[in-house]
Formats: sequence, C-alpha cells, structure tokens
Amino acid sequence: MTAAGERFTLKATAPDMRRRRRAERRFRFISQAALILAGAVLVLLIMTIARNSVSAFRQLEIGLDLPLSEETGRASLKEAMAQAAGLSLAEDEGRALLALLGGRAAREAARQRSAALAARPPAPLGEGGKARFWLTASDDADLFLKERPADSAGEETGGRLSPLQKKALARLEAEGRTRFVLARFFFVNADSREPEYAGIRAAFVGSFLTLLITLVISFPIGMLAAIYLESFAPKNRWTDFIELNINNLAAIPSIIFGLLGLRLFLDLWGLPRSTPLVGGMALALMTLPTIIIATRAALAAIPAYIQEAALALGASSMQSVLHHVVPLALPGVMTGAIIGMARALGETAPLLMIGMVAFIAAQPSGFTDPATVLPVQIYLWSDSPERSFSSKASAAILILLLFLMAMNALAVYLRKRYEKRW
Amino acid sequence: MSLEKSAPASRGAASRGPASRRPASRGPASRRAAAPPQEAPPPPSETKEETPKITASELNVFYGETQALSDVSLSIGAKRVTALIGPSGCGKSTFLRCLNRMNDIIADCRIDGRVEIDGEDIYAEHVDSVLLRKRVGMVFQKPNPFPKSIYDNVAYGPRIHNMAAHPSHLEEIVEKSLRRAGLWGEVRDRLSDSGTDLSGGQQQRLCIARAIALNPEVILMDEPCSALDPIATARIEELLDELRDRYTIVIVTHSMQQAARVSQRTGFFHLGALVEEGATDAIFTNPGDRRTQDYITGRFG
Repeated sequence: MTAAGERFTLKATAPDMRRRRRAERRFRFISQAALILAGAVLVLLIMTIARNSVSAFRQLEIGLDLPLSEETGRASLKEAMAQAAGLSLAEDEGRALLALLGGRAAREAARQRSAALAARPPAPLGEGGKARFWLTASDDADLFLKERPADSAGEETGGRLSPLQKKALARLEAEGRTRFVLARFFFVNADSREPEYAGIRAAFVGSFLTLLITLVISFPIGMLAAIYLESFAPKNRWTDFIELNINNLAAIPSIIFGLLGLRLFLDLWGLPRSTPLVGGMALALMTLPTIIIATRAALAAIPAYIQEAALALGASSMQSVLHHVVPLALPGVMTGAIIGMARALGETAPLLMIGMVAFIAAQPSGFTDPATVLPVQIYLWSDSPERSFSSKASAAILILLLFLMAMNALAVYLRKRYEKRW
Repeated sequence: MSLEKSAPASRGAASRGPASRRPASRGPASRRAAAPPQEAPPPPSETKEETPKITASELNVFYGETQALSDVSLSIGAKRVTALIGPSGCGKSTFLRCLNRMNDIIADCRIDGRVEIDGEDIYAEHVDSVLLRKRVGMVFQKPNPFPKSIYDNVAYGPRIHNMAAHPSHLEEIVEKSLRRAGLWGEVRDRLSDSGTDLSGGQQQRLCIARAIALNPEVILMDEPCSALDPIATARIEELLDELRDRYTIVIVTHSMQQAARVSQRTGFFHLGALVEEGATDAIFTNPGDRRTQDYITGRFG
C-alpha cells in the first residue's frame, strides 16, 4: 500500500492497519458472543430442569397415630386412620382425609405396623399404645402444599383439593402432622398411575439392560469391521462404497433404525415386543456406524511407522495390527464406543417403533421382559396430564443428564489416562 | 536358511530351498556366507567379491503410473557396508525397500525384475515375506521404537519368531542385542522405561538393537542419522563399523561425508537409475560418470 510519495510508517494508525485490526476485533467479539450465548442457553436449560425437578425429589407425608397391637384388616385400618385424625369414617371430613393419603396408604400402614411390631427393641409407644405412622400423601395434597395455588384475586384456592380436603389438610398441618421427606419411591419404584408412587427404577434397569445388549452387539462387530476396513481391506471401489454407506448410515434419522427393527426383529424374527433385547438390537444398528467411524479414526491416528516397524521385524500383518496398532488406538476406540453408548442412552425414537413406549409398572427382570427406558419414561411422564408427573419428568431428565455427563467424563478420562504420547 | 512359506518359524530350521534355484557353482565360501553370521565370521576378503550377498537384476518399480526405479542391477557384498547416495526422489529408498519387500504394503506398487539373497529369489511365489524380513532387518529414517518398554522393544521380534525357549534365554538375547547396539550401558538399569523416553540417538540405537535381536544377515538402514545430531550420528557410525563384521549392511544416506566414512562400496542413484557403483574410495576420488562427479562436488542435489 506504499504508493509513490507515501512514506513508510510503523504506526498502528496506518489506515490499512486500522481496518485489519478492526476486522480482527470484530471477529473476536462475534466469536466470544457466540460462546457466551451458547453457555447462557446451557445454564438456562439446566437451571430450568433443576428447578422443575426439585419438587419431584420432595414428597409430602402425613403422620397418623395408629394403634400398634391390633391385628386388623384393611377396612378397619382405614377406620383407624380416620380415627387417628380425630374423625369418624362416617363423616365427610373423614373420607376427605383418606383422600389426602396416597392410594397405597393402607398397605404402607400395614407394612409399617408389622415392621414396628417386629422391631427389637420395640418402638417406643405414645399414649394408648399408639405409634406415629408417616404415610405418603396423595399427589394433590403434595402439590397443594408445595405450590399454595391462588386464584386471580390472590386468594388461596384449593387447587385440585375439595374444600373439605383443604380443611382437613390445614388441620393436619396445624397439628404438625405433615412433613416433606426425600421422595424414596422416586428411586426405588417402577412407573405407576399414581404420581406419588411412580419411580424411575424400572426405566433405569430397562436402560441398563438395553444398553448392555447394544454394547455387546455393536462394540465387537463395529470394532472388527473398523479394524478390517482400516488395516486389511483392499482399497478398491467396493471398500469405497462400503465406507461411503457407513458414513451415510451415521447420518440417518434414528427412527429409521426403529422401523428396520420393527420389520426385521419383530415381524420377521418374531422376537418379543417391548423388550430390552429388541430395543438393544435396534440401538445397536444405530450405534454401529458411530463406533466404526470412531474406531477407524482412532486407528488412522496411529502413525504408520509403528506398523512398518513391526512388519520390518517380520510380524505378519495381523500381528502388526493386533500387537501394536489396536492397543495404541484402544483409548480412542473406547472413547468412540462410550460416545456411541451415550447417544444410545438418550435415544427414544427407535424404541417407540418397537413398542417400548408401553406403560410398564413392573421392573424387568431379564432381557425378554417388557421394559421401558429413561428417555421413553421422560416422554411418557411429560405427556401425562397430572402436574406431578411433569416435575418427575424433569427429575428423570436431570438423572439422565447426570449419566450422560458421567459417561462423557469417563470417555475423556480414558483418553487422557491411556493415550500414549510419542 | 530357506524363505519358503512352509518352513517352520523356529530358528533351527536350516532347510535349503529347491536345489534348482541355486547357482550350480557354489563353493564352500558361499556356504559360509549363507550360514548364520555369528557362527562363522570370516574376515572380509576379496574372495567374496564373486559371491555377493544380494543381487538385484533389472529391477523396475512402479508406484501406479510413476516409475520409481528403472533397470537397476546391483550386487551387494556380504559383511560390508554399502552406501546408496543420490538426490531426493532418486529411488535409493525404493531400492532399499525392495530388499526386504517392504514395498509389498504399498497398494499400487508393482515390481519387475529379480532380487536374490544368497541366490534365492525373494520375489518368488513360495517366499514368505515374514521369513524374509526376519533375515533382512531394517532401520528407518525416523527412530520408531514401539511405545513400550525398552526390554519389550528388543524382545518383540524374538518373541513373535519363537526364538527364545525360555525367559532367561530371551533376557540373554535382549542383553546381547543392546550390547551390540552400544546401548546396554545406558539402559541396563531402566529396561522397563518406555523406549520413547530415550533421546533420539538412543532411540535409533534401540531400533538397531531391535533389528539385531532377530539375528539377521542383512540390515537395511534408510537414512538412519538424518534425524540425529552430529554426536549421535558419530555414535551410530562407530556402531556401523563394529556391526559390519557380522552383518551385511546397506545404508541410504544424504550425507556424502557419511557415505565416505562408513562404507566400503557406494552406489549413486539418479532419477530412478543406478548411475554408478564401486569402491567408495574410487567413487569419491575418481567417479566414472559426470553426474556422479557433479553430485559429490555439490553441483546439484
């Protein structure tokens, strides 16, 4: 830019320089803004989920003083429960009180009583041979105390509680017979129609069994295919064609794999519907390309001179690959496999196609039991009309996110720990 | 020793190749040359001139459409250092890699012609490249130890070829190889350290030890000092002087001083052809070809 007559200058204010510096600052600003925006969205997402999920981890319990000694049936237990609140079951308020308790309150009470009777030393008794039983409250009562719904005028309303139920709950609260505890059932129960008893245990076990099938199928097949393609396959049009299609498969919408699974595994092979076996197989189809691509990348990253060195020592091709290249590539291979598994863990669409969307109230005990998985459970809960289920969905999302983060952290750790530098 | 695929991997199998493949006029001297070198180390003498260790005749190599070597015929004498010099891309490394069939792993590489080691055609149908490479070791331009322990680097070859009957024998092989490579004193206390933790020169000597551990007859070296500093280079050159008592060494080098220092014979390659081959002294003092003269006087290359 030094035209004739213009003198050389090193000043930063030279017009051309100013323009270039400005462009550089602009580029840096835009990049940083993009980064901050992405970070903010992520924080917002996690905070929203966390806030929505908090109420799912707390559960209202109602304390009743029940006689310990009496051996009673469920009907009389209900009577006793009403009496314990100072009411008669004949009264409307007595029935309203029972409606505040969860649908399995009588069963809970019976179990707590036998536990208290069996306890050595026996539990300390209050007056009249009674002991305090803490029973899970219904989701309506739970939600009422958590949210204190108000109408448009700011007056407290009953929410989904009837006026009588609201009155009974207010009395229990005044007597100190309500408390919030950690929602144990959320962790140990299977899904349920009643939100206060619904948990993620079955979905968790289902996810575990499904991923196990996915891993067992896709890891060995994917790894062997990748090793063959990368190290042994002749370079010709056929291998190019296969490579191209593996890359295409990785980009296919996952629901297509569900359709394939539906047709192949359920219709043609007649495997049992809604099971971890079939779900795992469908997810394995989806994960295979990911694992093959990651493994090939890891193998290709090993310098060729390592294999040359082995060949020059008279190692056969297989020895040079299996003794040297594969062990060195293993951290990368594991990372790829874990990333693939993490993707499979979060996948819903293919599982919907093979019927894992059903309501399953029992924990699967094997690969051929009907089961559901975490993301499908989230989908089912978020679709449900009860408000309590939506907070459970958030809580399940949080747990799913935690597992995904743990898996990714493991991948990073494996790479850092075992990757050899040379 | 035969290169036949059916030959057992163990070292003791000294079965001969088909008799018809051998030249009829093989004297006792050539037998000795074919025997494992450490058992009968004859001093380098002029009589071996007639029975070269390696004979390449009319060798043509193509990478796809590109011809990398054209009509190269070269005989390499046993128990001496032969240097191959020439400008980059002249085919000397290609030639070297033909001698242990390392070009086999390059997909579109095509080789015409004949390479014989002790009279046996190494490109014959029945030859197994694994057995060939056990007899013809190689040291590369960039030191390339495995990212394993020093011990495992040296022991790898003997292990895959089942050369050691028991662990103590393997230890002996490792020690002997490291001693011959002049590395034992420096690494004897740290055999379990990674080979990649050594300095560049040490790594290259480790690679030499790794090649020696197989007890090869020929060692090919592809610019073994190009990545090393002058001191490490001097160390390797000293080593070459010691090693030529036992092994036939072919070294590709870009340094003409190095060729002059370490070799007894020198071949000059240019544009894929062997221009001239002869005693190193003669090549450097009285080259027969104009191109050789230009190259060694630094007029090109």
